[in-house]
Amino acid sequence: MKKIVKKTLIAMAGLGVLMGAVSANAGPEEDRLKLVNHFKNKFPDLKQEDYILSALAFDPDAKSQYDSIMEFPPYTDELDKGKKLWSTPLKSGKTYADCLPNGGKNVAGNYPIFDNTLGKVVTLEDALNLCRVANGDEPYKIGDDNTMGRLTAYMRTLSDGMKMNIKVEGEGAMKAYEDGKSTFYGRVGQLNFSCGNCHVDNAGVRIRSELLSPVVGQATHWPAFRGGDKLTTLQERYKGCQNNVRHAPDKPGSTRYNNLEYFHSYMSNGLEMKSSVFRK
Amino acid sequence: MRDITPILRRDLKVTRSGEAGRSLFAIDHYEGEDMRKRASIITGVLATLLASSAYAAAETGKDIAFNRSKGNCLACHAMPALPDAEQPGESGPPLIAMQARFPDKKVLRAKIWDATASNPESFMPPMGKHQVMTEEEIDKVVEFLYGL
Ligand code: HEC
Ligand code: HEC
Repeated sequence: MKKIVKKTLIAMAGLGVLMGAVSANAGPEEDRLKLVNHFKNKFPDLKQEDYILSALAFDPDAKSQYDSIMEFPPYTDELDKGKKLWSTPLKSGKTYADCLPNGGKNVAGNYPIFDNTLGKVVTLEDALNLCRVANGDEPYKIGDDNTMGRLTAYMRTLSDGMKMNIKVEGEGAMKAYEDGKSTFYGRVGQLNFSCGNCHVDNAGVRIRSELLSPVVGQATHWPAFRGGDKLTTLQERYKGCQNNVRHAPDKPGSTRYNNLEYFHSYMSNGLEMKSSVFRK
Repeated sequence: MRDITPILRRDLKVTRSGEAGRSLFAIDHYEGEDMRKRASIITGVLATLLASSAYAAAETGKDIAFNRSKGNCLACHAMPALPDAEQPGESGPPLIAMQARFPDKKVLRAKIWDATASNPESFMPPMGKHQVMTEEEIDKVVEFLYGL
């Protein structure tokens, strides 16, 4: 008996060492590839570029409806207003294009970044606010659709076709990534759901009449316009999902949401961005 | 007194499907708010009655199972024996021939009380353990399932 226990303990210790080694190596890229393969096995017919369609990729009827709406998007007014915000000079006389690399074109897919000087995740919204402040303007409220929302809705279209390219380098970045990952996979709330329960385990499955989209590709097309012209940012979508399943949601821009967006966006790396899109 | 419950239910259903994707698991107080708003259009007295627990106690096992802020079983399970079990989800197995498949009622009840006890990975919310439903409501749902 004693012998067996001892043997088991040794085996367990061995396993522990092994697991320690694995988790030390397992980084964002391994996490992403694991998901990509998971979905590849689950949906062998789905092409890589279909993932940016989210749930539409599983529903030809909804997809053709989407295609016809996208021919004459009902939200072009909102984009025009965003364009005006984008091109209006800041107090210093400079524009956002002056603040951002490459004049703000083909850069949105790099965000969120981890800023080592600030020691935190900087979303695209944060970067635009940093630009405002540096040029004598007040920052916009992160969750304000009429200012920040419209501005990013237009600004992200300048990165259409760019491949998502989130980087996680260094200890601080890794910590923020891990924090986002545990928000994504943590089961919480009265209904005991994690984001992953729905968007990994049950992707492609209907709950009620709703088809659940895979996490891979989800971060490529924000803000989306829901029901026609209701601007919805990615973090507003997080809030929606949490409300839906009776979790206490955060305000957009919270550290928890920024870290979640960091992890969540990384999972779409390599996929083409496409703003702005219709969602029901 | 005219029973307006069916009217309220129908109205609620319309609102709900109208905002698809935002209401898979209606939150108690939202449902309550909706109900109150609608009821107050008809009469304030009825509104109070509806909001009271007397109304809740009158709910059948089926009501509870169908109610999106209670069992919401249709979100994940088909009930092939019931023609009015519309637009079911598909993540859980169809609920059918329950008595034959769960001859021990206690086993069935335990599954609903906490599905993660028998399957830690289960997607199914722990209805009793997390007080999504009361003990009495679970009993009623078990009886309802035995008829499927
Ligand atoms: C109980 C199920 C459920 C849970 C839990 C859940 N969601 Fe969702 N989510 C949905 C449904 C349903 C939709 C709408 C259909 C779709 O696109 O998947 C959706 C849509 C989304 C979308 C939009 C996809 C698109 O391209 O339009 C994002 C992003 C998202 N969820 C992220 C999250 C995150 C992050 C969490 C956790 C904080 C989460 N979800 C938790 C059910 C869920
Ligand atoms: C969010 C999804 C979800 C909801 C809501 C849900 N279930 Fe389930 N249920 C599942 C899944 C997934 C399984 C299979 C996994 C398991 O056995 O735990 C399951 C399993 C079961 C089983 C065992 C079936 C079998 O054949 O072994 C029963 C019984 C059951 N559910 C009843 C209910 C009832 C009754 C309700 C409502 C009061 C309900 N479920 C609500 C997802 C759900």
